[in-house]
Amino acid sequence: MKKKSIKWSNLYLIAVFSVLYAPIFYLIFYSFNSGGTMTSFEGFTWDNYVAVFEDKRLITIVLNTLLVALLSSLAATVIGTFGALAIYYTKKRQTRTTLLSLNNVLMVSPDVIIGASFLILFTFIGFSLGFASVLLSHIAFSIPIVVLMVLPKLKEMNDTMIMAARDLGANNWQVLSKVILPSITPGILAGFFMAFTYSLDDFAVTFFVTGNGFTTLAVEIYSRARQGVSLEINALSALMFLFSLLLVVGYYFIQQHNLSKKQKNKKRLAVGAVPIR
Amino acid sequence: MTKQSKLFYFIPYSLWLIFFVAAPLLLIFYQSFFTVEGQFTLANYQTYFESGTYLRMTVNSVWYAFLITVLTLLISYPTAYLLNKTKHKQLWLLLIILPTWINLLLKAYAFIGIFSINGSVNDFLLFIGIGRQQILFTDVSFLLVATYIEIPFMILPIFNALEELNPSYERASRDLGANGLDTFRRVVFPLTLNGVKSGIQAVFIPSLSLFMLTRLIGGNRVITLGTAIEQHFLVTQDWGMGSTIGVVLIVAMLLIMVLTGEKKKKERGHK
Repeated sequence: MKKKSIKWSNLYLIAVFSVLYAPIFYLIFYSFNSGGTMTSFEGFTWDNYVAVFEDKRLITIVLNTLLVALLSSLAATVIGTFGALAIYYTKKRQTRTTLLSLNNVLMVSPDVIIGASFLILFTFIGFSLGFASVLLSHIAFSIPIVVLMVLPKLKEMNDTMIMAARDLGANNWQVLSKVILPSITPGILAGFFMAFTYSLDDFAVTFFVTGNGFTTLAVEIYSRARQGVSLEINALSALMFLFSLLLVVGYYFIQQHNLSKKQKNKKRLAVGAVPIR
Repeated sequence: MTKQSKLFYFIPYSLWLIFFVAAPLLLIFYQSFFTVEGQFTLANYQTYFESGTYLRMTVNSVWYAFLITVLTLLISYPTAYLLNKTKHKQLWLLLIILPTWINLLLKAYAFIGIFSINGSVNDFLLFIGIGRQQILFTDVSFLLVATYIEIPFMILPIFNALEELNPSYERASRDLGANGLDTFRRVVFPLTLNGVKSGIQAVFIPSLSLFMLTRLIGGNRVITLGTAIEQHFLVTQDWGMGSTIGVVLIVAMLLIMVLTGEKKKKERGHK
């Protein structure tokens, strides 16, 4: 009886997983199709990949997307970390909760609202749409996630260390660079990774604030997909799948590293607790 | 910490708060009171509430978002529950998250192929004797694709809630004579309700605004609030009306958050 129910549950999980992955593998499968459609597989070919690498416009767009992602996540990480420190040092409870809820506004707002309101903002102050407006928007919507990733690490940090550092004569900069930053690095890295994927993944906000001259990959795929199927996109998505796989593995290892550090600390504590053995 | 260094941390962050959180929200509210010609007016709100089209569109959008949320919940809860019982659950969870790292547009694009008239789903329908159907560009295809995209966002919070649940509660309930269904209905589900609520939050609000799916998959048959906003801002350039719908969407969002956020506040109070 029990064995049977376990089998059913496995079957269900397998079904969910296959549904989740089927579209992705479907895309990748047809990227090797020599026929022009996503419905009948005619023969194996690398042509679509060759076409991706020969398409200068597409390559430029990919590089632009990566550049925006990298720059925006770096800037968001710096500002977000400062923000987390600012929230952490805010003594008044009321102010702190207000700051936190303001921080979360962009986390819960639908993309369309963020995009539309940023578009109004940029036109209102007369900022021209293009690379800079896209970059600024990406920085803006990535900041709150960095704050949310860094803040718990600050709370975990031992406050007495800072006091000790001050007593030993460290100045502000030394306290920040030698005590605070090392202990919140895992949070900062996690925040950077999240910001990077947010930026790569975004379509709606970019679509609103991009104007005419500048395009990111998501926007380009949207306009191409509206014209119909082109297997170049399939090849590109296969490449992007590999890239995100690498990112996930990287993120996983950072997490694992953090965990093992924690476990080591725990073990150390445990060892300290039973010195008799 | 000296005042100076505190100020130094605070300046970039507060600039962000002012220019990218407060200002855009105020501006979208402000813009909703203007006509295309830039004249102050209440007409946008009047049109919204008086012409049946906008209200019908809103009800429609909420209805579809509701269906998407229910569908995702029905699929995700058992998945999260079973996932929590597997051996290497962190690894499996990572595999659930992985598809969310693939750009949403690419996933939508895949469905253009899968649902097309000669696509795999139709091949299957032909095989089991139903015959080919028009699936792409219908409201059903919009529902299915939106559900597909939202599933991981529902699984995650439910999984977290289940993982936090002390397994001895379940055993205690069984020891006290409750059967599997009773244990689930009276112990497991109520204790993971917070996870379900945050899942609903994470799915319902974006479902109101998925304009790219309605365009690519729904063939403009379904008009969500997001589609309407995009249409007004980028096609007809009537920013005033677009902002009005935006304000409605923000109000809807706040409503959902109030409705699904009660328990959390209590928890915070305890801490």
